[in-house]
Amino acid sequence: MPFIPHTAADVAEMLEAIGAVNIEALFDEIPDALRVRALAGFPEGLNEQQIMQLMYARARQDGRPLNFIGAGAYEHHIPAAVWALVSRGEFYSAYTPYQAEASQGTLQTIYEYQSMVTALTGMQVANASMYDGATAVSEACLMAVRTNRKSSAARILMPRNVHPHYRAVTLASTGGQGLKIEEVPYQRTSGQTSAAALTGFAGQDVTAVVIQQPNFFGVLEDVDALTDWAHAQGALAVAVVNPTSLGVLKAPGQWGQRGADIVVGDGQPLGCPLSSGGPYFGFMATRMEYVRQMPGRIVGRTVDLDGRPGFTLTLQAREQHIRRGKATSNICTNQGLLMIAGTIYLALMGAEGLERVANACLARTAELVAALSRMPGVRVAFGTARFHEAVLLLDRPVAPVLAALAARGIEGGFDLSAHYPEMGAALLVCATEARGAQDIADYAAALADVLKSARVA
Amino acid sequence: MTLPMCEPLIFEHGRPGRGARGQWPAVETSVPALPPALKREQRAALPEVSELDVVRHYTRLSQLNFSIDTHFYPLGSCTMKYNPRACNAAAMLPEFLGRHPLASLQHSQGFLTCMFELQEMLKEVTGMQAVALSPMAGAHGEFAGVAMIRAFHRARGDLARNEIIVPTAAHGTNPATATMCGCVAREIGVGADGDVDLDALRAAVGPKTAGIMLTNPSTLGIFERGIAAVAHIVHEAGGLLYYDGANLNAILGKVRPGDMGFDVMHMNLHKTFSTPHGGGGPGAGAVGVGPRLLPFIPLPVVTREGSAGGDGAQYRWLNEQDLPQSIGRLTGFNGNAGVLLRAYVYMRMLGRAGMSRVGEYATLNSNYLLTRLQQIGFIAAYPQRRASHEFILTLKALSQHQGVTAMDVAKRLLDFGFHAPTTYFPLLVPECLLIEPTETESKETLDAFVGAMAQILSEAAKDPGTLRGAPHRLPVRRLDDVRAARELDVAYHPVAR
Repeated sequence: MPFIPHTAADVAEMLEAIGAVNIEALFDEIPDALRVRALAGFPEGLNEQQIMQLMYARARQDGRPLNFIGAGAYEHHIPAAVWALVSRGEFYSAYTPYQAEASQGTLQTIYEYQSMVTALTGMQVANASMYDGATAVSEACLMAVRTNRKSSAARILMPRNVHPHYRAVTLASTGGQGLKIEEVPYQRTSGQTSAAALTGFAGQDVTAVVIQQPNFFGVLEDVDALTDWAHAQGALAVAVVNPTSLGVLKAPGQWGQRGADIVVGDGQPLGCPLSSGGPYFGFMATRMEYVRQMPGRIVGRTVDLDGRPGFTLTLQAREQHIRRGKATSNICTNQGLLMIAGTIYLALMGAEGLERVANACLARTAELVAALSRMPGVRVAFGTARFHEAVLLLDRPVAPVLAALAARGIEGGFDLSAHYPEMGAALLVCATEARGAQDIADYAAALADVLKSARVA
Repeated sequence: MTLPMCEPLIFEHGRPGRGARGQWPAVETSVPALPPALKREQRAALPEVSELDVVRHYTRLSQLNFSIDTHFYPLGSCTMKYNPRACNAAAMLPEFLGRHPLASLQHSQGFLTCMFELQEMLKEVTGMQAVALSPMAGAHGEFAGVAMIRAFHRARGDLARNEIIVPTAAHGTNPATATMCGCVAREIGVGADGDVDLDALRAAVGPKTAGIMLTNPSTLGIFERGIAAVAHIVHEAGGLLYYDGANLNAILGKVRPGDMGFDVMHMNLHKTFSTPHGGGGPGAGAVGVGPRLLPFIPLPVVTREGSAGGDGAQYRWLNEQDLPQSIGRLTGFNGNAGVLLRAYVYMRMLGRAGMSRVGEYATLNSNYLLTRLQQIGFIAAYPQRRASHEFILTLKALSQHQGVTAMDVAKRLLDFGFHAPTTYFPLLVPECLLIEPTETESKETLDAFVGAMAQILSEAAKDPGTLRGAPHRLPVRRLDDVRAARELDVAYHPVAR
């Protein structure tokens, strides 16, 4: 029997010990009317060879297209050591580290992770991960409402150039608790959050302002001014950042006069494969004074009975298994294994390696934008400084162009027209260090070919 | 047995100027200039270590852990079963790892086929009408479920229903979820036999009842026999039934939440369907719904167009236009896709017959272990009831007579190479151990565990100090949690900073 080790003799001995005539007798407390007789619609089992053949075939169906989509999930080189270590059974198949003595490996890794996230973001304390960047943003908004006691409005200003999925998740996840998420328009010329629009909120009760750097368009925001504006209004500044970009961009802890108050983002670029959207991990960091309002697990360093250093989950009175209905969040299981991947990635990269990755992203994106925007029918939407993404405007609808590129083995970017109809035919493209000069040349040639045909497939 | 050892922090292995340079990209000669005000002023204080430093450090750290691959985990309510290697190998195929979540449908049919079939299989084993895969953990699935219950009532203009009834034995995530959804948790007791107190339930329901959250078998490790009556009472009062799938392993192939009258549920794929726990995640908390909640399921969901199996079949994501009443999007992309692929492979390997065997052998192991532990003198919390896939021992007598607590027993088990059972949960049983062996453990492993428990009983009589000071053979002894919380040290700060 797959994954069940019992021999017939085992079963007989065990039933005899229990005093049951057969296994069926062990279900005698389930009312007969509720019993299911057969899972008629369920397929027959496959052995390992059969399932692997099926999965190879499914994987082949999807192929390995040349990818220029970013939009919140980024293809980077992942050092071989990352997943060789993460896949060790002692990490992979371990439980949540509630039994500290039997979990020092995971606990120390989380402590190191928290240390790296605080160093990268310029904050004082980080938790042991959220589900992903989107849920980290929604949890940051809820945390801001708990933290900012000066505000009673539960009102969050959410720029429209924040990732549309992050905005959607925040709406769906915070409405029950009565948060009001208000959209702030972006400047059509620069792609940045509009200062003029913010002025309209001056003097009002605002709980927090969300600032994404780089924003969804890849454009760099004037984060100092936005952070200072938020603080001048009595609002908290919630920073949403790409961790790779922090190799070259200012740490949120240094934004403006006082720095951001809560920093979140998706840790996927740090050693997590694209993998169809997950598992990734969300990271969250804040000021020490706000730590008791933070959701999720936190590891602290302490000593054991013999005075030896060790690690344990701490401040658990914030969490659901202790505080139940009054917990800061219902989060229990987080993204532990991916957080370990992120830790190992950052250890291998160090600050210098991360800076090199970020610079390579800047360079490749500049080359991609130059190569694509030089052809007729393609222009760059915003001239503003950017990180590793750019919005291109096409002279025709984006969807057929992307379909034609896909037919040529290229995933050409993310079609913005559904989320930003006001932009027209807008395409978000991305090139990280994983794309080379030949990849960019291939994309340019394919796009030129597609745009040449009057009617695209 | 693990030897006591202390591994320095990765930061402490570092030396200025050292680095895993073979893993870094080349230095760029031409990088677009960034506005000076936006640039990082100082490099982050990350480790400066070689690749070998990293490999050795994290290999050593891993060796300080217990894990399913190295130890038996009789951890109640967590279903720590073996994680088959094929599930990992299939999910780690380069095409799946490299697939962008927003890739074109043309480059997605293989992945979407797996997701669609996973939805179908989960519908079949739960008796639900539709399944959404995106929630990333059990608690996330709970949020989706309660948000759907809320949306259902609001769509009918019934705004007064904001109470979620939760038995006192429920997981802490249940009341926490109710709060996150803007509802109020109302706790009700269980009777002496462990079943929900139906009179208390009748008294609790009313025009404010949004729904009830239940596990079945309950967290007491017994099947809720009055489930049909519970469903009737709650439905009559206008509420809906939420099934917390934490204990689904017990009843796979035997009875289905949909047939018990539940309207919505989550499944912990990292429990029941054998995806790894990863030291605290990632999980996957897919949700299933009955007919009343169909319009409200969270996005995205995979649908099939065209004939099954034929060349014409096309798979695509349902969107806001398809499901205008959906509670919306709960994840940045499509959920923990890699976890979902592992669960898919597991379910395909087990197949129809294997699915039913899960509940059978999980229950056989649990009842056998309970019987053996009773034989050596341990006391079951509900001795008159049949154990499900897990059971509760109460150590109240041991605590009163020998001064040995459930925590002491749990910690001493670590010395014998067994992960501790769940302790002090559920809260209503004093000094309890919640024990769940799962179906993948052999009789020999269970017998060895009984041997360790017998040894502990004998130590409790002769040498209780050994138990109170346990563990003795692990990398660290019991940790000072009070100091951890009082003198918060949650990040390494090098002297230079």
